[in-house]
Amino acid sequence: MILAGILSPITVTHYLVVGIILFVCGIVCLVVKRNIIAMLIGVELILNGANINLVAFSSPQLFASGTAPLLLDGQVFALFVMILAAAEAAVALAIALQFYSRFGTVDVDQGGQLNG
Amino acid sequence: MDATAIFFWLLAALAVAGALLVVITPHIVHAAVGLILALSAVAGLFFLAGAEFLGAMQIMIYVGGTVVLLAFGVMLTARLTFVRMRTTADQWVIAVLLAAPLAIILLQSAWAYGHLRSAQVSSETRSMEAEAVSATDLGLALVGVRPQVDGASGLDPRSASNRATMDGYILPFELVSVHLLVVMIGAAYLARRRTE
Repeated sequence: MILAGILSPITVTHYLVVGIILFVCGIVCLVVKRNIIAMLIGVELILNGANINLVAFSSPQLFASGTAPLLLDGQVFALFVMILAAAEAAVALAIALQFYSRFGTVDVDQGGQLNG
Repeated sequence: MDATAIFFWLLAALAVAGALLVVITPHIVHAAVGLILALSAVAGLFFLAGAEFLGAMQIMIYVGGTVVLLAFGVMLTARLTFVRMRTTADQWVIAVLLAAPLAIILLQSAWAYGHLRSAQVSSETRSMEAEAVSATDLGLALVGVRPQVDGASGLDPRSASNRATMDGYILPFELVSVHLLVVMIGAAYLARRRTE
């Protein structure tokens, strides 16, 4: 059955599976790691998993019917996700540097004093 | 099994390997390397899915911008990792083993390009080249023109209700550009050194 899955032509399902794996890895990274930079890397993986879905649904050659649900819109959405991810990384790293200069560590568990 | 499937499985395996490396390794620099691997493989997947412009943007924005930013974050916050920067002999061996085949392949393709152009290019190849580029449609959509939608749907572009669904993305485009400006100013303000 697995061999049949490998030999079958590439469809949107294959892309969705890759996106799911990246998404889940990003979630696990975000939850497990205590390093603030590693958590940022997890966020980037999550956004890329979502982007794979958007691109897969915008690609007509992945569908047997020859047309895609999101034609150009999926690519435009993915482009905006990339731009916002870059902005998010810039701000989050500025916050991380500020956190480091204040607490002397990048361990998010040490940030308890931030509340109030 | 055609070439598309082979490349898909190769790139998908690379992306998954990079993502797993990010999760498994306790070392933050290794996690950044895994992220670079995963993002580059995803760019290749975008190329395979026919989104060439997005693949190029993925390489430029993510691999070129965001990861460099993350690497700076790692270097500014990691304490003992970057003290020792000497390259050992086995690293040199791995580097040469990777770089030499790459140089050979690139030289070979550069040499073959002239032969490819001088040979008779079949009309089939030419039509495939014209079909493969999606950057023009994407750029037109971002400035508010949707030739695909306007032409294909057959709706009357002059009626107001139709126009709402046909408009491109010029407003989000402008919003996101202002957003980037605000973010840059905010990040520079946040990251400045406090002088007290």
